[in-house]
Amino acid sequence: MTSAPIRLWDFHGGIHPEQNKRQSTQEPSAQARMPATLTLPLHQHIGAAAEPIVEVGETVLKGQKIASANGYVSAPVHAPTSGKIVAIGDYPIPHPSGLSALSIVIETDGRDEWVRYAAKQDYTETNPSHLRNIIREAGVVGLGGAGFPAFIKLNPGSQKKIKTLIINGVECEPYITCDDMLMREDPQSILEGIRIMRHALQAERCVIAIEDNKPEAYESICKAARGVEGVNVALVPTRYPQGSEKQLVKVITGKEVPSNGLALDVGVVCHNVSTAAAIYRAIHLGQPLISRMVTVTGKGVKRPRNLEVLFGTPMDELLAQCDVEADQIERLIMGGPMMGFALHDTNLPVIKTTNCIIAATRNELGVERPVMPCIRCGACADVCPVKLLPQQLYWYSRAKELDKVQEYDLFDCIECGCCSYVCPSNIPLVQFYRFAKGAIWTQEQEQKKAAQARQRHEFHQMRIEREKQEREARRAKKKAARPSAAAPKAPPADGAKIAEKRRDEAISQRDSAAAARKAEIQAALARVQAKKRAPQKTAEAPDKTEEKTAPATTAERAAATQKSAITKKDNATSTHDDDQPVQ
Amino acid sequence: MLNAILALSALALTFGLLLGFAAIRFKVEGDPLVDQIDAQLPQTQCGQCGFPGCRPYAEAIANEEAEINQCPPGGEATIHALADLLDREPLPLNPENGVEAAKTVAVIDEQTCIGCTLCIQACPVDAILGAAKQMHTIIESACTGCELCLPPCPVDCIEMVEIKEDILTWKWPYPEPATIEQPTDNRQGATA
Repeated sequence: MTSAPIRLWDFHGGIHPEQNKRQSTQEPSAQARMPATLTLPLHQHIGAAAEPIVEVGETVLKGQKIASANGYVSAPVHAPTSGKIVAIGDYPIPHPSGLSALSIVIETDGRDEWVRYAAKQDYTETNPSHLRNIIREAGVVGLGGAGFPAFIKLNPGSQKKIKTLIINGVECEPYITCDDMLMREDPQSILEGIRIMRHALQAERCVIAIEDNKPEAYESICKAARGVEGVNVALVPTRYPQGSEKQLVKVITGKEVPSNGLALDVGVVCHNVSTAAAIYRAIHLGQPLISRMVTVTGKGVKRPRNLEVLFGTPMDELLAQCDVEADQIERLIMGGPMMGFALHDTNLPVIKTTNCIIAATRNELGVERPVMPCIRCGACADVCPVKLLPQQLYWYSRAKELDKVQEYDLFDCIECGCCSYVCPSNIPLVQFYRFAKGAIWTQEQEQKKAAQARQRHEFHQMRIEREKQEREARRAKKKAARPSAAAPKAPPADGAKIAEKRRDEAISQRDSAAAARKAEIQAALARVQAKKRAPQKTAEAPDKTEEKTAPATTAERAAATQKSAITKKDNATSTHDDDQPVQ
Repeated sequence: MLNAILALSALALTFGLLLGFAAIRFKVEGDPLVDQIDAQLPQTQCGQCGFPGCRPYAEAIANEEAEINQCPPGGEATIHALADLLDREPLPLNPENGVEAAKTVAVIDEQTCIGCTLCIQACPVDAILGAAKQMHTIIESACTGCELCLPPCPVDCIEMVEIKEDILTWKWPYPEPATIEQPTDNRQGATA
């Protein structure tokens, strides 16, 4: 560790909500109990859902891949323990919508038997692209809460030079202590993970950022980082939302990430401390991501603490292990009180992005006060860490003026909730912004679909027009060919008569074609009706069956005659096309 | 006197030529207003507005032959967009044209399909795949849910299925209106 203290910068706004972190750090972390079944949703990350590669009834080992990544921005899912696949289907997942999604259910066998992957101690001799592949195949995603596939953020591309790698140990949201506990208990894994990441990114320096409300974690990391060249540990003053990537980049480097841009654009890559530890396990131990540290806290549990939990474990098992008082819980929240969301059920599975579960009692997270009109006090703009105008965004979102709301840079909003927190009128501002973002995305998708439909419709019309022209051209050609063929046989005076005759003939032919088609349809209809009746038929008496089959046979007969009519007609048209029999 | 006439004539000629040249050089092809209106329509080509497709309806609106509230698939959003574009008052959707319904796609019961191709001819966006006496199927991503394939089907094997919401298409709802009190106009009190 380089000893010189590094310069820190400031970011706009921010708030100081009550910490509530002490409760869950009273005792060391523990292993969560192994449940009887694990439910693993295939969409635990940002990007496309993974695709199952196992079948029901199959036996799997701990760490075995059970679903593979589907596309670039995606992550595979592994079996957290050995057992049998008992179901693959839609199960409720922890999501603000309360909807279900495709999941794999494993019945655990208690043996906890590992599948062996090759461990790589000598990662420095492996090229970065190969390292990224191992990390990708290990299903490692950002464990800070967003769940973005980690290997993508380790791939700066050949054009960009990475100056600073920031390791995020800020954990600014109240209640959450899982990163804190990890830094206290296992700093070595984090440091090893950082070495691998620096090798993959070829980053010049690395800064580990920790808020000053976690002195134990800071001590622990400093001790582990002592003597490691190019790694700084920064103790940053506690303020929410410092853990947000763009704000942390500002605090550590003084650079602002451009609107619609990435930290990569200013030569910075930011990873969470837990992600670093997961990368260490993937590379050094050959273990895919199958578990994580989860903070179980809130006044609804008597023993709030951190548990190392296998993915897929039902949350009520964790609550039970922390001595839950089920009748006291009013709301169960996944994530922090600022950016988390209320869960619809207590038996939802823990997934890769579950960093905290808050079993909140009545009024624990603030008394619900009535919403009042905006008084234009401007407190929201003072605390906005992105320097937006929350008030304007509110008016336009509320009025569903989606163009206007984008003019005020809605998509730079990080949904941190500072504006809602300070609003004296208790307006659910962030909910309006989320609604507006969703509405804009829907509108964009609809416009894309409309453009596609317009294109297809235009092509459809062009095709019909072309076919019509082709038909007309053929007719004109025929017309041109006919008089020349007829000329030697018949005097020109009879031309009109011949034309009339031919027209009659054409009309009668067309009528017969239409009749044949009608007959075909009727026959088919009868066939279908007969088929629909078939199941009833078997149930009824045999003498009735004979009666019922009668129309079917008639229909078939009709179909047969009509079929021959069509063949005849086809023959007629083909001769008609080739050369002209003139009567 | 003569000078003035000459000068004015020369000016008139110059500007005339300039305008004439501009009219040819910067000629706008087609009717841009129709394009703008057409861009706001959902392109289902369903004909519920009483016109054979979205573009004919857009032309009718541009010529002030049709109201802006005749598009049920577009619903309120389209009416507001058209009202903004044309600077007209937004109207409620005309119930004669239909009601705003959930988005659907057509699904062919392949067991019942007889391969008559009638639906293929009816589909305005060529979203049905099949050939004579071959089973037909619908290209779901291209289907606009216009229901035009339903009437021609002789065996009623096409069904409209509502598009189900999943976690990828789910969006945060509009915050409960009950919790938001309308701001009262207290300026009235001040002036009174």
